[in-house]
Amino acid sequence: MEKYIIELRNLSKSYNGIKVVNSIDLKIRENEFVTLLGPSGCGKTTTLRMIGGFEDPDEGEILFQGKLLNPVPPYKRNINTVFQRYALFPHMNVFENVAFGLRIKKLPKDEIVERVERILKMMDLENFGKRHVDSLSGGQQQRVAIARALVNEPKVLLLDEPLGALDLKLRKEMQIELLDMQRSVGITFIYVTHDQEEALTMSDTVVVMNQGHIQQVGTPEDIYNEPNNRFVADFIGESNIIEAIMLEDKKVRFDDHTFDCVDVGFGQNEPVDVVIRPEDLQIVTDPGKGMIQGTVISVVFKGVHYEMLIENEHREYMVHSTLMFPEGSRVGMNVQPVDIHVMKREGHES
Amino acid sequence: MKRMKILAYPYSVWMAIFIVVPILLVLLYSLTEGDIRNLAELRFSTQSYERVLEPIYLKVIVNSFILATLSTLFCLLLGYPVAMIVARSNPKVRGMLLMFLIVPMWMNFLLRTYAWMSILSPNGFLNRLMDLLGLPRLEIMPGKTAVLLGMIYNFLPFMILPIYTVLSKIDKQFLEAANDLGANNMRTFFKIILPLSIPGVVSGITMVFLPAVSTFVISGLLGGGKTPLIGDLIEHQFMWEGNWHFGSSLSIILMVMILISMAIMSRIDRNGQQEKNGQSKV
Repeated sequence: MEKYIIELRNLSKSYNGIKVVNSIDLKIRENEFVTLLGPSGCGKTTTLRMIGGFEDPDEGEILFQGKLLNPVPPYKRNINTVFQRYALFPHMNVFENVAFGLRIKKLPKDEIVERVERILKMMDLENFGKRHVDSLSGGQQQRVAIARALVNEPKVLLLDEPLGALDLKLRKEMQIELLDMQRSVGITFIYVTHDQEEALTMSDTVVVMNQGHIQQVGTPEDIYNEPNNRFVADFIGESNIIEAIMLEDKKVRFDDHTFDCVDVGFGQNEPVDVVIRPEDLQIVTDPGKGMIQGTVISVVFKGVHYEMLIENEHREYMVHSTLMFPEGSRVGMNVQPVDIHVMKREGHES
Repeated sequence: MKRMKILAYPYSVWMAIFIVVPILLVLLYSLTEGDIRNLAELRFSTQSYERVLEPIYLKVIVNSFILATLSTLFCLLLGYPVAMIVARSNPKVRGMLLMFLIVPMWMNFLLRTYAWMSILSPNGFLNRLMDLLGLPRLEIMPGKTAVLLGMIYNFLPFMILPIYTVLSKIDKQFLEAANDLGANNMRTFFKIILPLSIPGVVSGITMVFLPAVSTFVISGLLGGGKTPLIGDLIEHQFMWEGNWHFGSSLSIILMVMILISMAIMSRIDRNGQQEKNGQSKV
């Protein structure tokens, strides 16, 4: 049997009668980098806060190494948190902030000094010990917050949108740093973000949440390439979501064309949703050579590629291509069978 | 900006006439003797300052300080937990609790003190309650205890409000972070909440100690004149004895003592600030 460090069973939490977290189940392995991803209000932060012990679940269990964690107060959990706004103590300098947890544990003085200095060095904060936290930049404060949590050598580190307040460039750097750190210290990271790119970059496992429910759990590749449903497809990356009919195994029909695909196991003539990523549509200049034809209605230069909207009588397609086709030109589009992702249609939504 | 300065002129004139001039006059009277109505005939003299050093007056000053210190201390001990309860209560209850604290302040100071008289006096509510319960009567009033009670009651809101303001501004994330790092609620209080609330405590102490040390009337009403305070002494010199010179020197001495205590308090506050600026020990 596989060992899980954290298990959530049927976990629920309501505020003012609204279920923010709706009976979720999740298993997290040791040393895994797990990201809870979703739009704001999807329950990801509440889930994290329940693991940290700052919120009591209304229902359900949290297990830590197989033992029930619910009744354990936060100060007795072997879990540390990096808070969204860092929450560095304003009346202490960097050193004292980092040493706080060790002082509480009443460790010998030289051990405290040694461990704090080691972690400050690891975080590139060697000469910052005596600095006051307000005099640090956002990125430095961020690193102090992480150091303050990591110095306690927790089994699990919870990170609540820790990079949210940083600018794009610093965020990218910190993503890499965090990932390196997680690999080197071997601690389970549970990371909350609404930034899908961040989630895909850093995680071993991505948990996509919406309206208190888990939509999909999987590796970044799974989530991106094989979204479970419309929400995941729409939330993760750009996508064309198309209503189609699954004629039979490996045959799907939309836009008056029958496409080969690789999906099986749907009923005959079952209505389905098809996802095609914008970069998976190849444009050909001769419309006759394309499976679908259309007219370019807008072109936007995005740096690495052009983003084009191509319209036919059924819908608009978003296409990413390094080649530019001028507005108004008539083109054809092809798509590989493996790039057509078929999903079950949910309910009767349009 | 220059144009705005003009707006400050009337205020400056007002301040000069009603604050600076009187203080200078008090200083002048305290260092002279002679007829106060005839400024030209005043002679320099340290006589009234020497009189302050007489044991009977020194005792009054020391008494005032002890009572003011005690009432400040009790206000702090009572006020801090109350401020904490108010700051932690949910918003609906909080408004009501604050009302309870502030409403008595809308009533006149004298009236409130009279209310205490009717509670504490030998045949007051308290002793009637003791009679009902078959307990011995308490002889609180007139006496120091009654004066102290009256002072604590009157000045308590001035301790609670600044502490409450500071406490309610402390980010809850700090408390969660301390909890997260292994501190239980008690240690979180001593390591996070208390240090962060020091500015409120300092201004609370200042706001209670200053009026407490210079208060009068309370001791007359509740203390039966047995324990005159420096405020009563000054009032007496001006209103009844007509010895403005002695009254002025008492006032100046009180002012100097208040300035010294304020300097000490602001130093404590500044030390806290300095620690904030990164000068603290490692």
